[in-house]
Amino acid sequence: MASQTLQSVPAEPSPARHDSRLESRHEMSPEDAARRDAEGQAYFDKVMADDSRIEPRDWMPAAYRKTLVRQISQHAHSEIIGMQPEANWITRAPSLKRKSILMAKVQDEAGHGLYLYSAAETLGQPRDQMMQDLMDGKAKYSSIFNYPARTWADMGAIGWMVDGAAIANQVPLCRASYGPYGRAMVRVCKEESFHQRQGFEILLELSHGTPAQKQMAQDAVNRWYAPALMMFGPPDDDSPNSKQSMAWNIKRFSNDELRNRFVGMMMEQVKVLGLTLPDEDIRFNEETKKWEHGPLDWDEFHEVIAGRGQCNAQRLERRREAHQNGAWVREAAAAYAEKQAKKNAAKEVA
Amino acid sequence: MSTPEAVTTNASATDHDGGHGEISVGVAGAGAGGDGMASATRITPGNALRPEDIALAVSRGTATPDADAAELALRLGDDALILAQRLSHWISRAPELEEDIALGNIALDQLGHARSFLTYAGGLDGRSEDDLAYFRREHEFRSVQLFEQPNGDFAVTIARQFAVSYYQFELYRRLAQSSDAMIAGIAAKAVKEVDYHRDHSAQWVLRLALGTEESRARMIHGLAVVWPYVDELFRDDELTGRLSDAGVAVQPSSLRADFDRLTGEVLAEAELEVPKVQPAPGGGRRGLHSEHLGYLLAEMQVLAREHPGASW
Repeated sequence: MASQTLQSVPAEPSPARHDSRLESRHEMSPEDAARRDAEGQAYFDKVMADDSRIEPRDWMPAAYRKTLVRQISQHAHSEIIGMQPEANWITRAPSLKRKSILMAKVQDEAGHGLYLYSAAETLGQPRDQMMQDLMDGKAKYSSIFNYPARTWADMGAIGWMVDGAAIANQVPLCRASYGPYGRAMVRVCKEESFHQRQGFEILLELSHGTPAQKQMAQDAVNRWYAPALMMFGPPDDDSPNSKQSMAWNIKRFSNDELRNRFVGMMMEQVKVLGLTLPDEDIRFNEETKKWEHGPLDWDEFHEVIAGRGQCNAQRLERRREAHQNGAWVREAAAAYAEKQAKKNAAKEVA
Repeated sequence: MSTPEAVTTNASATDHDGGHGEISVGVAGAGAGGDGMASATRITPGNALRPEDIALAVSRGTATPDADAAELALRLGDDALILAQRLSHWISRAPELEEDIALGNIALDQLGHARSFLTYAGGLDGRSEDDLAYFRREHEFRSVQLFEQPNGDFAVTIARQFAVSYYQFELYRRLAQSSDAMIAGIAAKAVKEVDYHRDHSAQWVLRLALGTEESRARMIHGLAVVWPYVDELFRDDELTGRLSDAGVAVQPSSLRADFDRLTGEVLAEAELEVPKVQPAPGGGRRGLHSEHLGYLLAEMQVLAREHPGASW
């Protein structure tokens, strides 16, 4: 398995590895708890210094756990909400092959959501709770999905730019210090790179098609460019959580660093497409050896995060509606499973 | 053609305790060429029959259907296409994430079958799968009316899927023996996938029927809503008579006994009765559709028709 090659398990087992079920049965004295925390912290610090991995049953600082739950669940929510703009075009996809590819892609996203919810569950947060937080508007998801998918070309732009930005963000997460997250990201990234290629292919076909198709492609690139760049998060001097996440080996590169790198990739690829990026200020800075781009509208970014984007209300309402409409189905499945378990238990007794 | 009586006659849904993943829904020995138990998701690349391969064979003239086989492929392709279109609407709307994936998977399988059958059908006069899907009008579609019935709630979708998957399984396992090699090849691949669809729908019929009072009421309602359209699946006509004589296909009526028996076993375990409803007159095979199909096609075809001649 490819994921194992990325895993660097420490040679000795963690002294702080414990079974939380045992702990609840044996109430610890304050002294023991303090000793365990000190040992745990020392082990945790060593793992960070060695750039190794923390696993679910290892001791970890409460803030590290909280940060991970927040980040992984937000990521999962983004996958789930991110299904909607693309699902919007499945029934209208203009060829059966494209329909088939798009369906498979959206299905992958549901799968990513599942892995990620599972990874977050290893930190003690139940999926139901995470879902509820999403529907209550307490949890965030990537703002990009609050923009509408207006035309078929948006399927191309989302794949190429949005998934492209996601990959740039996520490849370093394959080395995240929390094991289940890093391993989930290995699989997610493999599938995302397919998604990006299919997006690029859609745009390539359109940009070499009829004038109307080329126009559709350029319009989509124009609309998704700035939101895609903003997916990397606020500029470094305005990103309060970044420093700590980098110290914890969750985040590996700063927002601006990843964004600049991404702009450079886009600039090369857009030439192949025969399209342009709607930013005249893009240039390679010979002194810093970095790509630069024009100003982004961070007010719009904060507006969308605050819930005032074009599709915020629509996306959440769709999720709530699906959840509510499915309540009776989930109840039925639970009731049936319970009855079956009782029946099986009765059989065993008999 | 001979009906493979030896297979799928000993399965019984009631032999098992019905826990998830344990129920048998008549899958033993299913499929063609003795590899009915092979995984649909682990087909070795050399064996996978993709629509692109069929298109290539058609364009090279190595697989050209005669008029009757083309009409059969059109019927079955339309059935699968219309159902895929219906099911795909569930993606991002299902009761659980797992069902978004499951229904999406079934839709993808159906779309794959549709693409294969339509590509082959188009071999008669040089039309592509997309010509057939996007540039025919409502009365030119040959799907039976069950497939176009609206999704309704989850129970209606499951009821429709239950009837469809048991029908398609019986049909495809026989078509896998077709004297038309391409029909046989497509069916042999499809039957493995449809086998999973049967399992999925049977599991849900049981869960919903035996879950809560509400789910039971909805399941009963769902079956009642779709069952009037079941009869049409099994109607013979002149084409099926000729195809049957030629060994290309079987008469649809010959599938009925196995369908009734196997669905009956699941319904019995679910403590449900076969709905007592009057059969609808149907007519889909002659291009007579319910009022629902026009809307489905309008949505499916709108973009392709805005750009006639464009490639995507």
